[in-house]
Amino acid sequence: MDSNVPFDQAPAAGIEPTSFSDLVRENRPEALPSVEQSAAAEAPHATTILALRYDEGVVIAGDRRATEGYSIAHRSIEKVFPTDEHSAVAIAGTAGPAIDMTRLFQTELEHYEKIEGEQLTLEGKANKLAQMLRANLPMAMQGLGVIPLFAGYDLGRGLGRIFKYDMVGGRYEQEDFWAVGSGGRDARATIKKRYRPDLPRDEAVKIALEALYDASEEDVGTGGPDVLRSIYPNIAFISREGYRRIGEEEIAALFDALLEERKAAGRVHSRESVPGSHEVNQ
Amino acid sequence: MSLPYYISPEQFMKDKHKYAREGISRGKSVLAMEFSDGVLFVAENPSATLHKVSEIYDKVAFAGVGKFNEFETLRMHGIRQADVRGYSYSREDVTARGLANSYSQVLGLIFTEQLKPYEVEILVAAVGDDPETNELYHILYDGSVADEHGYVAMGGEAEALGEVLQKNYKDGMTMAAALKVGSKALSEVGGEAVPADNLEVAVLDRKRERRKFRRVSEKEIAELSR
Repeated sequence: MDSNVPFDQAPAAGIEPTSFSDLVRENRPEALPSVEQSAAAEAPHATTILALRYDEGVVIAGDRRATEGYSIAHRSIEKVFPTDEHSAVAIAGTAGPAIDMTRLFQTELEHYEKIEGEQLTLEGKANKLAQMLRANLPMAMQGLGVIPLFAGYDLGRGLGRIFKYDMVGGRYEQEDFWAVGSGGRDARATIKKRYRPDLPRDEAVKIALEALYDASEEDVGTGGPDVLRSIYPNIAFISREGYRRIGEEEIAALFDALLEERKAAGRVHSRESVPGSHEVNQ
Repeated sequence: MSLPYYISPEQFMKDKHKYAREGISRGKSVLAMEFSDGVLFVAENPSATLHKVSEIYDKVAFAGVGKFNEFETLRMHGIRQADVRGYSYSREDVTARGLANSYSQVLGLIFTEQLKPYEVEILVAAVGDDPETNELYHILYDGSVADEHGYVAMGGEAEALGEVLQKNYKDGMTMAAALKVGSKALSEVGGEAVPADNLEVAVLDRKRERRKFRRVSEKEIAELSR
């Protein structure tokens, strides 16, 4: 298949010259995710993702499990992706379309930056993602919904910002934190208790890890840290200096510390005691 | 009834070549040099926002001289071509050779089919994993391509600049040394020293992560040329 883009001295009317999606739709429509390609059956789903603000930016994190119905499809899927120097997307919903959408979004941002010579504003990026979700609506209707979280550092305003979305492209800015996915409620509950404005970064990272751990205890779709295989949640932070992912070893150490803390507080038992259990009288 | 003019194809082509060359010779020049960590671009450019050198893809950069709107159209074509290919296949499938080929086709077609040829010369450069695998493709207004090594000079003063570079260029220079050679060549040929704020400098730096292209700020230029 020829992937050459015809040479345009002036792009056709109605085509946004900086839009990568328009360009692909014109030249390689089959490369875009579409309803025809989808088999809405049991596709892997990605689960708990979260973002929270700290004093110099924003922390974004996700667990590593993908499920197909009641079975585990992947133990070590990645759900947090940098989309450029100062922003990142975390994905929940159907894994395949979500990863495709992220790849298209990454290319979209880079394409704009190269053509225009400057980055989109954070607001512009968030709106672009909303448009892409709206374009995904037919697939969402077939059960292949994607629910991302978008977080980034707004260089103009000098702060970290979080955007949540619904399946049909609604975009809502979140003041302080948010978590999405099957374990989202549980993760939110943990963050809510611990969160305060202007958290230092280390504390925000700890809260993210704790929230994901709590979600994994309550929700079958969320994978907890897997010590045996050394699989830990993905946690990254974005500040003025850019996107940085926290190393696996550092997260392992934080997780060990969290367990020690809980053991010391008497919150981890080898077996759950069941009060009021009694023998069945035959 | 008017008689159609007859112009011999030889004459017509000659005129086109002359026209394009004259257009290019009126513009400012761009230099590209291989150095220890990649490829360095140095251009005399009073504008800080209208660039002669820019990023195309991870390892590939573009430089153009001549008419701004024309090489700008070509630059955008390259980005479109590269992004569509990288998205459809994989990032590694975008190569400088493929882009140079595409540019050569486009410029060749414009030169033969359109009344007015493009008054541009462009360079497609890629940084390799080691100095031996760098690529420099110098493409002329008529679509002819030259695969260059070491250094390339394009634009109005290309010939004179080439001579100066031939004397001063060495393989495996540091970035600071290459920048000095480049800005000295521009100053020598131009007859006066080019101030740092009139220099456009960019690098394809092998040591960077995925996107190897980086613009060098005025402050850094001043520090490096010290």
